[in-house]
Amino acid sequence: MPADRDPPVDLLPDHFRQWFAARGWAPREHQLALLQKARDNRSALLIAPTGAGKTLAGFLPTLVELGEASLHLAPLAGRGRTVSGASSPGDGALQHNATPPHPAQQAALVAPPSPRKRGEGRSVTRSAGLHTLYISPLKALAVDIARNLETPIAQMQLPIRVETRTGDTPVSRRARQRKYPPDILLTTPEQLALLLSSDDAPFLFGSLKRIVLDELHALVTSKRGDLLSLGLARLWRIAPQVRAIGLSATVAEPQSLARFLVPQPAGAIASADIVVAGGAAQPVVEMLDTSERLPWAGHSARHALPEIYDLIKQNKTTLVFVNTRSQAEMLFQELWRMNDDNLAIALHHGSLDVAQRRKVEDAMAAGRLRGVVCTSSLDLGVDWGDVDLVINVGAPKGASRLMQRIGRANHRLDEASRAVLVPANRFEVLECAVAIDAVAENAQDTPPLRIGALDVLAQHVLGCACGAPFWADDLYDEVRSAAPYADLARVDLDDTVDFVATGGYALKTYERFARIKQDKEGKWRVTNPRVRQSYRLNVGTIVEESMLKVKLVRGRGGGSGSTGAIARGGRMLGQIEEYFIENLVVGDTFVFGGEVVRYEALMEDQVYVSRAHDKDARVPSYMGGKFPLSTYLAERVRKLLDDKRAWAALPEQVRDWLRLQAYASQVPGVRELVVETFPRADKYYLVCYPFEGRLAHQTLGMLLTRRLERSRAKPLGFVANEYALAVWGLGDMSQMIRHGRLDLDALFDPDMLGDDLEAWLAESALMKRTFRSCAIISGLIARRSTSEEKTRRQVLFSTDLIYDVLNRHQPDHVLLRAARADAATGLLDIRRLSDMLARIKRRIIHKELDRVSPLAVPVMLEIGREAVYGEASDALLAEAAEDLVREAVGEHDERLPDN
Amino acid sequence: MPGLVPGIHDFLRWPRETWMAGTSPAMTETASHRPIESLSLQLNGVEMLADLSGALYWEAERLLIVSDLHLEKGSSFAMRGVLLPPYDTVATLGRLGAVIARYDPRTVIALGDSFHDRDAHGRLSDGNRDIIAALQARRDWIWISGNHDPALPSDLGGVVASEVAIGTIVLRHEPTGAAGEIAGHLHPKARVLTRGRGIERRCFASDGERVVMPAFGAYAGGLNIRDSAFARLFHSLDFIAHVLGDHRLHAIAASRCC
Repeated sequence: MPADRDPPVDLLPDHFRQWFAARGWAPREHQLALLQKARDNRSALLIAPTGAGKTLAGFLPTLVELGEASLHLAPLAGRGRTVSGASSPGDGALQHNATPPHPAQQAALVAPPSPRKRGEGRSVTRSAGLHTLYISPLKALAVDIARNLETPIAQMQLPIRVETRTGDTPVSRRARQRKYPPDILLTTPEQLALLLSSDDAPFLFGSLKRIVLDELHALVTSKRGDLLSLGLARLWRIAPQVRAIGLSATVAEPQSLARFLVPQPAGAIASADIVVAGGAAQPVVEMLDTSERLPWAGHSARHALPEIYDLIKQNKTTLVFVNTRSQAEMLFQELWRMNDDNLAIALHHGSLDVAQRRKVEDAMAAGRLRGVVCTSSLDLGVDWGDVDLVINVGAPKGASRLMQRIGRANHRLDEASRAVLVPANRFEVLECAVAIDAVAENAQDTPPLRIGALDVLAQHVLGCACGAPFWADDLYDEVRSAAPYADLARVDLDDTVDFVATGGYALKTYERFARIKQDKEGKWRVTNPRVRQSYRLNVGTIVEESMLKVKLVRGRGGGSGSTGAIARGGRMLGQIEEYFIENLVVGDTFVFGGEVVRYEALMEDQVYVSRAHDKDARVPSYMGGKFPLSTYLAERVRKLLDDKRAWAALPEQVRDWLRLQAYASQVPGVRELVVETFPRADKYYLVCYPFEGRLAHQTLGMLLTRRLERSRAKPLGFVANEYALAVWGLGDMSQMIRHGRLDLDALFDPDMLGDDLEAWLAESALMKRTFRSCAIISGLIARRSTSEEKTRRQVLFSTDLIYDVLNRHQPDHVLLRAARADAATGLLDIRRLSDMLARIKRRIIHKELDRVSPLAVPVMLEIGREAVYGEASDALLAEAAEDLVREAVGEHDERLPDN
Repeated sequence: MPGLVPGIHDFLRWPRETWMAGTSPAMTETASHRPIESLSLQLNGVEMLADLSGALYWEAERLLIVSDLHLEKGSSFAMRGVLLPPYDTVATLGRLGAVIARYDPRTVIALGDSFHDRDAHGRLSDGNRDIIAALQARRDWIWISGNHDPALPSDLGGVVASEVAIGTIVLRHEPTGAAGEIAGHLHPKARVLTRGRGIERRCFASDGERVVMPAFGAYAGGLNIRDSAFARLFHSLDFIAHVLGDHRLHAIAASRCC
């Protein structure tokens, strides 16, 4: 990391220095360092904790440059240009800007291509395009940054026009922005892709000087990052002079993140300079030392509710982070139940209506709230100076993630952030303990830079063709300048182009339906305007689950499953994932929008619910959290377990639990895998402790049950949590192992990732979901068609069926390759499973027990709460069929079907 | 790794496994040795076999019935810019070939919507045309017209009809609810919830007097049997879904489905 030289004093123009001084501020070192990088014409990555004045640092070079330009051009350029922010749409200033200047004014310019003029140093260049492009992962953030920029611009009277462009920007303003671009445009990766695919791209971006990428650490971990990287590659070609500034929280590998900001030369690695802001006070993080009994399992932290409530009461404003929406709903409801002081406590999560969320954010910014119960929906975003405590309920999941959340408290560098971790069960105590150590050491566990996905590439290829015809050779070079695609093989690009053109099928029957075609010169161009239109409607990489509207109606009390008896209409509560509703039967209760509701009916795209008077919802969860336990924290947990002396720091209840485990079975060590087998009631159980997160455990469970079935252990199902996996069946696995009929080394052999995995993937519902999202992102099927089909409740086609046919007839198709690559890290987490299997090879310790061990209790308690996974569809269908038989022979006394 | 385009010999052989898009194929070692399943189904007193593939076999008449093949659905979407994999026709014909090989029927009736759109037959590849001709050889073949394919050309082989009556049994595309009716059109599927898991599969819907057949086409979607369209036909929930499982059929009360 290059040491920053002492920045020369003259980096900051006088009026900037005066502005800082007037507010009693001094420019921070990293802010000046970024100015210096700009002067040196270097791209830079700023790594800074929240509260370090990151945003201002990112924009300072732009403000100074545009400010200087205006000095050189004064008074002309200043005239007719007013400072305006996008937060005041329709105000006079903005409209004034929107209108081309008066002809007389225009005459004063020398052959102006547009009403505006800009200079750089002494050599004045004429341009009307953007000067600076700011990209943020959240549109709300873009809007807030625009508002924040307004202050220095207005106070220093800088002639700079700032506007935002998001999905919510009205069409008229978008059109105007393309004609009369502002100096600074604040937008999102999706909008950038759209702008790049338009004819105006060369005009808009040709003279671009700076790109500011906010929350870069969050952007690069998803397919949005892939899309953004391809957009950057495009910009580097259109505007080779452009320099980038990345703003990021602390990450594990800053060097690799810095690659993202500069074009990668063929066969080599290039990185932006790195500037690290120091001086953040060490956060104060504690684990809630509960006086209550710590639960064995579950994620609700119900035991700690009074203590959480007291913490909110004792502090000015508290953010309460949880991992899932259902936890947020539950906690919010419980807190209000005990809210005798009527504290202003709000709820914020992704399923709530956007307007509702904005209202909460505004109340928060205005300091009107004492507490907000929220999910990762508030991990990023606007700075709120008044938050003085962060409570993290449940597992922290990852060190970097936790530090981000803690950073939400006290956005002032010199004051320490305060956080309290509330583990919801005994395993989470271990996780919290090691997470606190990780924070103290500032150890990061952000994932490595992604390898660019092929479905995103396909979307980009179509976007390029919509912009201007291209040669595949040029595109190949351009795409590889993006860090995630630096190692893209030529065959992958060619297959992707072929896919965009005619579907990429070995059976060549779609030539006449091609979306893009090569012209005489060999350039690829769009065949008809419909293709452009469909590209615009489908841009982006976020594939939403199919959502259903939730409406509150009056209940009808009975349990009839038939439709039609329910009154339509009702109050809209929000939206819910279709897959959640599909696993409910009429009469089930669940928590939504802060209340317990009863599922009444599903009609078209609407779910009708009534107010339930139950205290507790019958269906407890929406599935586990989205993020699995990080590999890094998992390893620390295993180390902690391995080191008996370190147990001293743990709460007594947890220590006792571990001691008991050591006595009854064995405490898992750092490298080996402990496998326990034991009988319970009329079934036999196998429990193992890989500590690799729920997703990898689920995949392992699927594969193990296949193998156990072949070994005639008659497995019936399994359940996984973040730490352990339990499989049960009718065969006595202890006895089978004893007699050599079941070999654990063979059972856990990494070769399960070969044929077994292939075979399972071919039919896995998770794989089909992964494929569906690839099909949408790549543009094979339209987003629109899925929502239309929902409202009409008539399926046009199902991606599951397409997957089945394609997988059988062309298994190496580019979309299946994309889906398999996703499966390695996504819902199936195969890569992690494979690393684990390699690690524990021939290090399996088997414990034959006569009963459940203390460590196994938490995962055993999940049985019955979580959906049971398994593949025995026929077995389950047969159960349903038996009901019919029972009915036929007149045994309906105990079990009358649903009506 | 499966061949890209299986030739005619490939699929006219005794089936290695019955496989249907939308039902997950069994990939465990034991699976391929299991017997092909069928369920007996009474219709107006006539005994039929509901086959795991989604076909209906009337043994006494040596008549095999399949419904809603929706051939060339993929290319139909491709014409409108949605480039679905062009393998649906060959996949559907492959499964049809397998079930024909198994029962060796004297007559085959395709119960309407055999083609996804009016011009679909014109887009059949020569190879698929040959496959159809081979399937039709040595047996009678009747195309019943459906709403997707109201007019079928004569060069396809077989005869075209709007409905066929055999004794008390009537075969037509769109169900009217009449007793003794075998129809398609609705693409019935059933959804069963057990132990926190939802399983959704194609099914035959029947109350002993009429039957609605599942769609046979590889890309044909489904309509839940709890939809009001079925209530109109059966006048109640008093009918049975013969659900196509992985390896066998399951008779499940419609009221048990959701």
